[in-house]
Amino acid sequence: MSDLHAHSARYVRDSMLPPEAPPALESGAIKWLRENLFSGLLNSILTVLGLLTIAYLLKLALPWFLHGVWNANSLGECRQVIAANWGEGAHGACWAMIRERWNQFLFGFYPSSEYWRPILALLLLFLALAPVLFDEMSKKLMGAVAVVGVLVLWLSAYNGQWLPVGILVIIAGVTAFVGSRGRHWPQNLMWFSLVFPALAFWLLWGGTIWLPVMVMAGFIVGGIALRIATPMIGLMPALAFAVLAAFFWWYFAAGPATDALAAMSGRNQPFWLRRVNSDEFGGFVLAFTIGLSGIAISLPMGIVLALGRQSDMLLVKALCVGFIEFIRGVPLITLLFTASLLLNYFLPPGTNFDIILRVIIMVTLFSAAYIAEVIRGGLAALPRGQYEAADALGLDYWKAQRLIVMPQALKISIPGIVSSFIGLFKDTTLVVFVALLDPLKGITDAVRASIQWKGIYWEPYIFVGAIFFIICFSMSRYSMFLENKLKREHR
Amino acid sequence: MKKSVFLGTLAATALLAGFASAATLDDVKARGELVCGVNTGLVGFAAPDANGNWQGFDVAVCKAVAAAVLGDASKVKYVPTTGETRFTALASGEIDLLARNTTWTFSRDADLKFTFVGVNYYDGQGFMVRKDLGVSSAKELDGATVCIQTGTTTELNLADFFKVNNMTYQPVPINTNAEGEQQYLAGACDAYTTDASGLAATRAIFADPENHIILPEIISKEPLGPLVRHGDDQWADIARWTLNALIAAEEYGVTSANVEELAKGTNNPEINRMLGTEGDLGAMIGLDKDWAKRAIAASGNYGEIFAASIGESTPIGLARGLNAQWTQGGLLYTPPFR
Repeated sequence: MSDLHAHSARYVRDSMLPPEAPPALESGAIKWLRENLFSGLLNSILTVLGLLTIAYLLKLALPWFLHGVWNANSLGECRQVIAANWGEGAHGACWAMIRERWNQFLFGFYPSSEYWRPILALLLLFLALAPVLFDEMSKKLMGAVAVVGVLVLWLSAYNGQWLPVGILVIIAGVTAFVGSRGRHWPQNLMWFSLVFPALAFWLLWGGTIWLPVMVMAGFIVGGIALRIATPMIGLMPALAFAVLAAFFWWYFAAGPATDALAAMSGRNQPFWLRRVNSDEFGGFVLAFTIGLSGIAISLPMGIVLALGRQSDMLLVKALCVGFIEFIRGVPLITLLFTASLLLNYFLPPGTNFDIILRVIIMVTLFSAAYIAEVIRGGLAALPRGQYEAADALGLDYWKAQRLIVMPQALKISIPGIVSSFIGLFKDTTLVVFVALLDPLKGITDAVRASIQWKGIYWEPYIFVGAIFFIICFSMSRYSMFLENKLKREHR
Repeated sequence: MKKSVFLGTLAATALLAGFASAATLDDVKARGELVCGVNTGLVGFAAPDANGNWQGFDVAVCKAVAAAVLGDASKVKYVPTTGETRFTALASGEIDLLARNTTWTFSRDADLKFTFVGVNYYDGQGFMVRKDLGVSSAKELDGATVCIQTGTTTELNLADFFKVNNMTYQPVPINTNAEGEQQYLAGACDAYTTDASGLAATRAIFADPENHIILPEIISKEPLGPLVRHGDDQWADIARWTLNALIAAEEYGVTSANVEELAKGTNNPEINRMLGTEGDLGAMIGLDKDWAKRAIAASGNYGEIFAASIGESTPIGLARGLNAQWTQGGLLYTPPFR
C-alpha cells in the first residue's frame, strides 16, 4: 500500500504555505471603516454628515483656541496681541485672565501666605483615601504615596514651613507602628483616614489645634464608654450610653479644655495656625471642602436611612421615609436659602453659625436622601435567600447586615452611589446663590467685575469646566475599577 | 465662633426664646467689624482685585461708615449679595448695611421695611443698540427684541415704557450682565437695556465700541443708595450723615489730602462743625468728634471717590451729569451740618 501511495502521490507537501495577507478590503483600517462607518447607505450618509459637523465646529472653535493669548494684563491687551499676530478681526481666547487670577479660581480670597495649608490638606487627603479606596498593596499605589510624600517635602521647602514635614513624620511613625503590629499596607494607614477630617479642619480654618483634638477626643470617650458598658448592660443601651457620654464631653468638657490647653500652648506653631474665616474661602477650595465633606458624611447617613426605611419598627420607618421624601421633594436651592437666610430669623441675634458649616449640613442631608434610595435599590435587588441564609446561620441583625447584606447591596449600588457623588460635587456650584464664591460663577463674576477682564465670557467657564471634568471623570473611572474588581460571580 | 462651630444648632434651640435686638451700633462696635452687603461684582461699583481687596464706588460707602464708626476703614467684612438675596440678608440681620446699587422705591422703603439713607448715584435706564440698526431714538424700537435682566426694576420700567408709547417688544430674559453682553453681541437681541452707568461700562469694553450707540432716552429714575433696616434710627442716622459728610466735603472743598489740616480749624463754621472742631455733632449720633474726618480720610470725598472708581479718567468714563453738586447743576444737595 505504501508503494502504491508513493506512486500515486508524486508530490507531498512537507511545509506549510506562508499565510496570505487578507484581501485589502477585509483588513486593517479599511475593514474597520467599512464595518463601522460605511456599512450601509444610511450609515454612510450619517458618517459623512457627522464628519461635516465636526469639521464645521472645529472650523469655528479651533482658531479661537489656537489664537489664545496667555500674556496680557487686560482684555484690551489680549485683543491687541491677537490683532497684531493674526490680523484684524481675528478671534482668540484670552487665557491671560486665568493666568492672572487663577489663584482666585483655586483659593478664592484665602490669604495667599497660607495657600500651603489647603494644598497640604489636599495632598494628605490622598494619603487618607488610599486605605479607603484600595485594600490591596500595589506598585502603583506605593508610587502614588511616594509622590505625595515628595510633594509634601517640596511644599515644606518652598514655603519654609516645617509643619508639613512634621505631620508627614508623625504619619509615617504611627503607620510604621501600626504596621509592626500586623496590619499590612495600605490598611495600616486607616487610623489616618479617621483622624484626617479633624486635621483638614484645622489646616483649612486654622485657630488652635486643641479644638479638633478635643472634638476627636469625644469619639474616644464614646468608644471607651461603649467598651466598658457593653458587658454590663448589653449593646443597644451601651450604644445610647456612649452617645450620651460623647455628647456630654462635647457640651461640657471640650470647650473649657480647649480654652485651657490653648492658653497653655499659646499662639505658636504647631499649636496655632492663623485663623481663616469662612468668607475667605472660595473657588475650588470651597468646592472641595463642601463636596468632600458632603460625600464622606452622606454615605454612612444614606446607609442608615436605607436600613431605617426597611425597618420593621414603625417609628424608625416613618421618620426615615418622612425625611427622605421631604428632602427629595425640595430643591437643593431651597435648602441652601433656608440655611443661609431663613435660619438667621430663628437664631438669636449675634449667633455666628458658620455659613460653610450650614451649607455642608444642607448638602449632606440632601445627598444622604438620594444615596439612601440608591442603596435601597441595592437592598431590593438582593435575593430573599440571602437574608434567609443569614438568619439560618444564626447571625443577628447587625452582623447579617455587615457580613452578608451590605457588601452585596453596596456592590450593586456602586454606579448609582458614584453618580450621586458626582452630582453632589457638581451641585457645590449652587452655593453661589447664597453668596459664597463658587469657582464657576461666583469667582467668575467677581473677576469679570474688574474693568480689565469685563467682557470675557467663555474662558473661565471652559477652564472651570475642564477641572470639574477631570475630577468627575476620575470618580467615574474609579467606580468602574471597583465594579470590575468586585465582579465575583461572573468570572 | 468657636462654640458656634460645634454647638451652633444646640445654642439655636436653647436660646430660641429670643432676645430683643440690640442696637446695630453696639453690635458693630462689639464685633469690631462692619458687615456690609455689596454686589457680587459690578464694574466700578464693587469688585475684588487680584489680591481679594474690594474696591469701587459702593465699597467706598462701606469704608466710610466703618471709618466713622470703628475708626478703621479696613474693618469691613464684605458680603457679596445677589439681586435675590440682598433684601433677605439685610432684613435677617446678616448684614448691617446694604450698599449695593439698590434703587430707592416706595415699596422697598415701606413694604420691605427698609430705610434708604440717601442717594449715592442717580442712575437711569437706557438702551444700547448696534449702529447699523439705524435707530436714533428709543421711540423707534417698536417690535424690537430687548435683552433684559430679570428680577430688577429695569424689567418693570421696560414694560411701562413700551406700554406708554404704545409699542411692542420681545423680551430676551437674561440673568447677569455678562450674559446680557454675550447675548447682545451674539445678536440674540436688537437692544440691551440696563442702567446707563452699566451700559457705559459695557460699551467701553467692547472690541468695537464705535459700532454701538447708547440711545439718548433715559426711561426711568434709578436713585441708587445705601439702606438699612427699619427700626434703628440711630444707625440710619449714622449711615445717612456719613454719606452726607462725603457729599458736603466735596461742596466745601474738603479732600482726603487736606482734611487733617482743615480739622485743625478753619474760618468756615460749617466745616468746623462737620469735622468736629466746633460743636459736638458726633455725640448726637453716638460717635466721637472725629467721625466725619475719618470717613472723608477713608477714600476721599464724594468727588474723589467718583473720579477714582467710575469717573471720566477711568475706562468706564461716566460724566458727573446728575451726580454733580447742586452748585454745578447736579442733584447732590446735603442738608446743613448744624
